[in-house]
Amino acid sequence: MTEYETIIGLEVHVELKTKSKIFCPSSTEFGGDPNTHVCPVCLGLPGVLPVLNKKVLEYAIRAALALNCEIAEYSKFDRKNYYYPDLPKNYQISQYDLPLARNGYLNIEVNGQTRRIGITRIHMEEDAGKLIHQGTIATSPYSLVDYNRTGVPLIEIVSEPDMRSPEEARAYLEKLKTIIQYTGVSDCKMEEGSLRCDANVSVRPKGSREFGTKTEIKNMNSFKALQRALAYEVERQIAVLEEGGRIIQETRTWDESKGVTLPMRSKEEAHDYRYFPEPDLVPLIIDRRWVEEIRATLPELPDERRNRYIKRYDLPAYDATVLTATKEMADYFEECVALYPNAKAVSNWMMGDLARLLNAHNMDITQCKVSPRQLTDMLKLMDRGTISGKIAKTVFEEMFTTGKDPEQIVQEKGLVQITDEGTIAAVVDEVLASNAKVVEDYLKGKDRAFGFLVGQVMKATRGKANPELVNRLLREKLHSS
Amino acid sequence: MITIKDVEHVALLARLELSEEEKQMYTKQLDAILEYAQVLNELDTDDVPPTAHVLHLRNVWREDEVGEHLPPDEVLANAPETEGQFFKVPRIV
Repeated sequence: MTEYETIIGLEVHVELKTKSKIFCPSSTEFGGDPNTHVCPVCLGLPGVLPVLNKKVLEYAIRAALALNCEIAEYSKFDRKNYYYPDLPKNYQISQYDLPLARNGYLNIEVNGQTRRIGITRIHMEEDAGKLIHQGTIATSPYSLVDYNRTGVPLIEIVSEPDMRSPEEARAYLEKLKTIIQYTGVSDCKMEEGSLRCDANVSVRPKGSREFGTKTEIKNMNSFKALQRALAYEVERQIAVLEEGGRIIQETRTWDESKGVTLPMRSKEEAHDYRYFPEPDLVPLIIDRRWVEEIRATLPELPDERRNRYIKRYDLPAYDATVLTATKEMADYFEECVALYPNAKAVSNWMMGDLARLLNAHNMDITQCKVSPRQLTDMLKLMDRGTISGKIAKTVFEEMFTTGKDPEQIVQEKGLVQITDEGTIAAVVDEVLASNAKVVEDYLKGKDRAFGFLVGQVMKATRGKANPELVNRLLREKLHSS
Repeated sequence: MITIKDVEHVALLARLELSEEEKQMYTKQLDAILEYAQVLNELDTDDVPPTAHVLHLRNVWREDEVGEHLPPDEVLANAPETEGQFFKVPRIV
């Protein structure tokens, strides 16, 4: 069988979080009653004039700089013409041949290898409205239209066809999301649609220089869906070629429940958009000083921050990557290490119990009730021997649920570790006395019996006995008997 | 030269349904219009930089402030069909 190489490029749409729309003062707020965040401009009524929101340009430049793009000196808007009721004007104001930014890149890491993925261009455009179908799109007798989203500012980020696997495509999208979130210009919530992704996929025999025929995949609403859809599509294309068939250039939609991509009914000649310069908007001449001012306000970006964590805090690369995946997570980490110097301990708790609880409750770190001070206070209680590592897990869960201070929880629940030798010794004696058979096994060389005895002591003290003391006292008493 | 195929293509993109007679008529008319526009090709533009805009205005923009929305009854006033607060449109194929 021929070996194939996969070629993937992504087109990503990101909603910018301005207060008002790109060309009119209507609100961009998510989730209002239908058709309440609209005005004559975004409804495309006759005689209106769009005017660019300056913040959109600023945010777009900010994102483009974070993605290492060159910012155009001269840029303009164009009309992209198509008939579809999600836009009332029958055209979308977008950018065609003179986009805002070009020639950027970002770095991804897959299987321990760093790869640079090129960004062809970034342009600004208006979002379309939402169509609501009764039942499915195919059987619905009619559609309902809500224009609240019409005119919400978007940037479209087009990658080079540089990705060679679904894993790389996913890593690219995750990295893109992280970088954009750091810049603060978008929430990048895939589930709310503020980050959307289409993929162009093709395969070719390994070593071949020419690209194969590509398909465009739509409707992937999560990182997992992106990876699954691409993996399916690559396999499908290879199977077609292996059977001597050929790939048809078409748009396909990802069916999440069936786990397959399906051809979308082709809109005849849909790609004939007849772009022409938008006569209602004047060109942009972008001041270099302004670009440099924006560049100067960029925060430390994920790669730099990750590398700093490895150097300064001596963290493993894996920890540093996870902790810098969102700006909020990284800020939380740094607040913690400012209060408590053992960075690895902070990292372990954040990536372990904290991440697990956040996941289980479908929360992000900004909603977490445990403050960095409270987490580090708990670590200090462990260091002082007030609580054991095992009890700390219980305390942390309680902190997570109630937001109470660790000291208060330890007191209220009587979780202070027992470090008094006499108290533990008395419990050890009791356990030995009531488990004569196990003691015998141990003395005959059954090591596992020891673990059982430790467990019995911990059980009798409700987990509060200092584990090292328990171990030592048990051994002493067993060997002196 | 405009052909009947060009007219059919443009009509489809514009969602226009044309009779055979209309197609013939528009083919002739569009051809005449484009031929007339050929006059522009007689201009010598060698020393004129291409432009997308004829005005000398640049960088016209507004601040990011939310303004007034259109009242719901006015939003839907021109809609051929509505349902609740939605515009109602034919099924999209």
